Amino acid sequence: MIPSTTDIQNEIIENFSLFDGDMESTLFYLMDLGKKLPVMPEEHKTEDYIVKGCQSKVWVYPGFEDGKVTMEADSNTEITKGLVYLLWSIWNKRTPDEILETELFFIDKIGMSRMIGSQRSNGFASMIKQMKLYALGYKAMGS
Amino acid sequence: MNQPNIDIESIRKQFPILHQQVNGKPLIYVDNAATTQKPQSVIDALVNYYSTDNANIHRAAHTLAARSTEMFEDTRRTIQQFINAREAEECIFTKGVTESINLVAQTWGRKFLNAGDEVIITTMEHHSNIVPWQMICEEKRAILKVIPINDAGELLMDEYTKMLSPKTKLVSCVWASNALGTINPVREIIEKAHTVGAKVLLDGAQAGSHLEIDVQAMNCDFLAISSHKLYGPTGVGVLYGKREVLEKMPPYQGGGEMIKEVSFTNTTYNEIPYKFEAGTPNIGDVIAFKYALDFVNTVGKQNIANHESELLSYFVKGLLELNNSITNNPITLVGTANQKVSVQSFTINGIHHFDAGMMLDAKGIAVRTGHHCTQPLMQRFGLEGTIRVSFSVYNTKEEVDTIVDALQSILKFSQR
Repeated sequence: MIPSTTDIQNEIIENFSLFDGDMESTLFYLMDLGKKLPVMPEEHKTEDYIVKGCQSKVWVYPGFEDGKVTMEADSNTEITKGLVYLLWSIWNKRTPDEILETELFFIDKIGMSRMIGSQRSNGFASMIKQMKLYALGYKAMGS
Repeated sequence: MNQPNIDIESIRKQFPILHQQVNGKPLIYVDNAATTQKPQSVIDALVNYYSTDNANIHRAAHTLAARSTEMFEDTRRTIQQFINAREAEECIFTKGVTESINLVAQTWGRKFLNAGDEVIITTMEHHSNIVPWQMICEEKRAILKVIPINDAGELLMDEYTKMLSPKTKLVSCVWASNALGTINPVREIIEKAHTVGAKVLLDGAQAGSHLEIDVQAMNCDFLAISSHKLYGPTGVGVLYGKREVLEKMPPYQGGGEMIKEVSFTNTTYNEIPYKFEAGTPNIGDVIAFKYALDFVNTVGKQNIANHESELLSYFVKGLLELNNSITNNPITLVGTANQKVSVQSFTINGIHHFDAGMMLDAKGIAVRTGHHCTQPLMQRFGLEGTIRVSFSVYNTKEEVDTIVDALQSILKFSQR
């Protein structure tokens, strides 16, 4: 059975808690997570798919297969790529409704703003908003 | 190596902010080109002003106002001596270098620039010495010209000489580059500009805390400096201008203080410097700024400069040794001019500058990463940004060692 978005978030929180607030290990861990993102085809990294408001470059390229939203994503910085991975692990191959209804409680729980600073937090918020907009679009198309 | 004439430990004790842990590690603050930390005397001056002397300056007939006015004007006299201006009236208080430059662009520029006139800046300008000129040049249909630089980050002075002509009305040039550290040959720049009758504005943001300033000897027409890069509070800067130049300039903003007499049909303007100081100024911070200047004078600019340049050489040596110890030499220094203030930009191949900045922060080390508000300069070097370390009088060699060790462990992690 596919774990729910809540299950995945709980797992993320548990994994981050192991570092007990140690910033350095947390960043190293994030950067390692980023490496798990499937390679995003270069031709999808265009201006149209750049998430606006991110300090680093972030691309999110959505798709829609069998009623589920797929997500290709990448960033030019490793720490942000780790954050992108977290979002990808929660939302890739979810229905538009699942994405729209997800409350991303893991962000506060892992202390993300302390970890990445407020400017990157804003960028992360843009990324979330963009994914929800894509989900909304696919939902409208599907209905 | 020069023995320092100053006791760094006792200087560090004067900066309360330095004595804290960040992310569980002792703070190492090397983002001094962005802003320096403030000594206790400056912090005390602010607290004392609001605790005992706060009143609006000039005009009022009561004791507190007289006191605050005297303290405010005392800072003006101190800055006059600090830059060796002929008169205190030639020193106008602003919000900082950015406002000082905008003031000149919007008053001198508006009055004296005409279609076809030329303004010269350099490739290494901060955006605050680019955009105000673009704005006024566009309005006046004047032309903005840019002095190119070599790969070390030094101005091509021959190109500059070729650019000068009777059309040149102003040369606005950074004294020391915030991104590269290059100290520009400003005396030569000024002399050459004057041969064609052009005025010269120096952006002294990075110069104030370590270079000897003598506006009369340099013969610059304008100099802009910021208090907060000079151990003083934010929100205070100075525009120095020669009296004869300032007097010909129209006022900047309209309001209180800048007038002589106001009627609904006609308003006459106050004398300099007040003509350019409309509205209640940032009194408390101006007053505290004096204490920052006193701090610099007490420690001695030459001592500060010697200590910082020793730290810079030691850091560069450490970086190069680290680079040579790793295959493919991932570190590239950006800004290798002969004459430099204590700023070193660099990039690390394979590590984005944002990531490097975050990883250093996790070790308690505060550096700046990004384009440093010098995007055209970054474009010149084909870079998106750099990691920038900038030292101040309170930094130590031990801190430099810790920074180099931190970079080594970051490189090790990235090559895993």
